[in-house]
Amino acid sequence: MTHPSDTGPAPVLALKDVSKSFGAVRALRDVSLELFPGEVHALAGENGAGKSTLIKTLAGVHRPDAGQVLLDGASVVFHGPGDARDAGIAVIYQEPTLFPDLSIAENIYMGRQPRRALGRIDHKAVHAATAALMRRLGVELDPDRPARGLSIADQQIVEIAKALSFDARVLIMDEPTAALTGSEVARLFGVVRTLREQGAAVLFISHRLEEIFEICQKVTTLRDGAWIASEPLEGMTEDDLVRRMVGRDLEELYPKQDVTPGEVALSVRRLTREGVFTDVSFDVRRGEIVGLAGLVGAGRTEVARAVFGIDRWDAGEVEVDGRGLTNGAPSTAMAAGLALVPEDRRAQGLVMDMSIERNIGLTGLRTTVRAGLMDRGAERSRSLDWAVKLQVKYARLADTVNTLSGGNQQKVVLAKWLATGPKVLIVDEPTRGIDVGTKAEVHRLLSQLAADGVAVLMISSDLPEVLGMADRVLVMHEGRITAEISRSDATEESVMAAATGRAAA
Amino acid sequence: MPESLTRAVRWDTVVGALLVVVLLLSFATVDGFGNALNLSFLIGNTLPIALIALPMTLLVVSGEIDLSVASTAGLSGAVMGALWNQGMAIETIIPICLVIGVVCGLINGLLVTRLGLPSLAVTIGTLAAYRGIAQIVLGSDAVTDFPAPYLDFAAGRIGDTFVPYAFLPFLVLLAIAVVALHATPFGRALFAIGASEEAARFAGIRVKRQKLILFTLTGLMASLTGVFWALHYASARYDNATGLELSVVAAVLLGGIDFDGGKGTLGGAIAGVFLLGALQNVMSLKDVSAQSQIVVTGVLLVLSVLGPRVARQIAVARAGRRAAASPPAAKTPTPTS
Ligand SMILES: Nc1ncnc2c1ncn2[C@@H]1O[C@H](COP(=O)(O)OP(=O)(O)OP(=O)(O)O)[C@@H](O)[C@H]1O
Ligand SMILES: [Mg+2]
Repeated sequence: MTHPSDTGPAPVLALKDVSKSFGAVRALRDVSLELFPGEVHALAGENGAGKSTLIKTLAGVHRPDAGQVLLDGASVVFHGPGDARDAGIAVIYQEPTLFPDLSIAENIYMGRQPRRALGRIDHKAVHAATAALMRRLGVELDPDRPARGLSIADQQIVEIAKALSFDARVLIMDEPTAALTGSEVARLFGVVRTLREQGAAVLFISHRLEEIFEICQKVTTLRDGAWIASEPLEGMTEDDLVRRMVGRDLEELYPKQDVTPGEVALSVRRLTREGVFTDVSFDVRRGEIVGLAGLVGAGRTEVARAVFGIDRWDAGEVEVDGRGLTNGAPSTAMAAGLALVPEDRRAQGLVMDMSIERNIGLTGLRTTVRAGLMDRGAERSRSLDWAVKLQVKYARLADTVNTLSGGNQQKVVLAKWLATGPKVLIVDEPTRGIDVGTKAEVHRLLSQLAADGVAVLMISSDLPEVLGMADRVLVMHEGRITAEISRSDATEESVMAAATGRAAA
Repeated sequence: MPESLTRAVRWDTVVGALLVVVLLLSFATVDGFGNALNLSFLIGNTLPIALIALPMTLLVVSGEIDLSVASTAGLSGAVMGALWNQGMAIETIIPICLVIGVVCGLINGLLVTRLGLPSLAVTIGTLAAYRGIAQIVLGSDAVTDFPAPYLDFAAGRIGDTFVPYAFLPFLVLLAIAVVALHATPFGRALFAIGASEEAARFAGIRVKRQKLILFTLTGLMASLTGVFWALHYASARYDNATGLELSVVAAVLLGGIDFDGGKGTLGGAIAGVFLLGALQNVMSLKDVSAQSQIVVTGVLLVLSVLGPRVARQIAVARAGRRAAASPPAAKTPTPTS
């Protein structure tokens, strides 16, 4: 735990005693940080600790209220992200910021396309350069396809490609792995290592501690906007890091309770949506947590969407408590006791311009009603209850959710659905972007719900989470369920084998 | 939604204050403005805009728009005239007209929700179609001889006050609309739909159904307005209320209803309506030609779309967060050599 010192090689980029407030919220307080070439530096902290704010300060999005940004030791003022980029700082934000109507290549080379004579854009060169980037990242994405409809993982890849295309000296990544699965993370880390060996300084944020230990050399910890420590990771344990982040020891991360499953609550029979998934059948019993594993794109999310009624299915049936659900009708699914926490919180889970209170209230439009009118008192206490239960960190319930940190937004989505008291809860990446403390909290909650008789279907790309929480693991591969593995037989190897289509266990 | 709400409240207040200023200035400086008779004219002539503004506000909040309302009103007036000419009883005619309005609205709603067409395009189409049907129905006739009690109700005022009879039922409808938008689950859902249709769907809100209901109600109110118009001006013609949609949309946007949906209050919209009505009344008193009045409406429309946006940008810039508000990629493109 040494303060950043000024001995040794000069940092490429540094923050010195930086503070930043949003109204009454002090997001950063006297924070210092030094990034050195050839080093991957982790930024750790709970949801709302100020990590994203720190990054936006480095990137010229926010101007610090106090303190300095130092580039090669000299104080600089970035007037916007463009300035930071010119200085060789590439940033991958927590939330992808692609233009949906532009192609992948256009997104990457936005505004700086190679030109031919007379200033015409050299589409061939753009295409080729993008294809080269994709090869470097080891992914197969058509440079000419529009960004609209890309999965979150693919959007993230495009963001990374964009950052790489600058040949940046400093690469800053805000939870780049949150939406990626194991193999995709490995691929990304390969790229990061190469960049590091080429002398880039990297700042890396992740709530997955094992990733921090895998790829980083140093870590800076923030707590409630305050600088706690900057130190080498060597010799530290995960528990040490957690203690820095939360200021106390952490209870168990996977507090799975043993529950004897009850009768079948959700029954999916031969569900098919042409070209998306085929002949999917499974049951989830009361009290059971069933994990749905698979690679990104295997069709897990699509099954969940169809079950909940967002998309129509072409064949098959879905029953909740023995009663068939109407095809393509989320409202009847809800009425039957089904809840879906969707994967994309910004587009699907939340109305970003609405308050925390109203967002949670949206699922109560049928229940917090008196004589046909909204019962504002009931709505408020329902929202407050759940915001408090999930420990959402907010200033006022009336604040719009887009002022919340990413993890706290996710908690609002959970709150919104848990407030409906569901019989069957489908959660799609429930802990994406959630800090360890809260993650344990969410797991405890899911476990408690199951113990209370809720049937839980958990889609997660976080394999340890699936293995730690699920009673049974269903694995999907290319739109089909390829394996059903009991808790005792489920290992990373057996699940990955089925997920990649290698002979199932 | 504190930001949007305070912004809307602020904009409401601005429009409300503007309305008061315009009224006070007119009282002081415009001859013939302040007497009860003129004020009752002002209100009576503004009622058609106000009536349609009620459902239009809800529609715009949900992210849609209906430009065919004036044509529906015209069609309803034309049918009324034609049936009256054939000797049908007015008590039978009016319900028929309202049903026609419902059908017009339903057609708009089905085209938008079932076929997924943008409401702007759909209702520009039906704007022409409904007006065309109106002309087929009534030709170039003008029917004026409706029964006196109806004409008196639509054009008269309570004693010597400035309150037209028709203002009272309007107040009832206004109260219903305010409650519907701001105090019911239906209204709450409309804000969600307007702000993010996808998130609304994921919350189990029946987006299409709600929109269909709104379009239908809009058609109903438009036809009611058509009936009122024909009686108020004692003239049913196929071209009644032509261009009224422009005034309605201008007034609603002026009242702070965000064109992109999800924001605004009915109070603001109605303040916008009467601000426009007051301006039109003053212009008439000052003998400003009808064409020039349309120009003024058009300018107001542009200003009311721009105004809140400019105000927001200024607010954002002042908060020093301009960079944060736009995606980083949009900023200062830097050509690589
Ligand atoms: N634009 C903003 N307006 C108001 N408050 C903000 C704004 N941006 C961030 N905050 C607040 O600042 C604090 C720090 O947020 P930040 O996004 O930096 O957290 P974080 O460490 O990145 O969390 P997470 O792990 O959940 O992404 C939070 O309390 C958040 O609500
Ligand atoms: Mg963050």
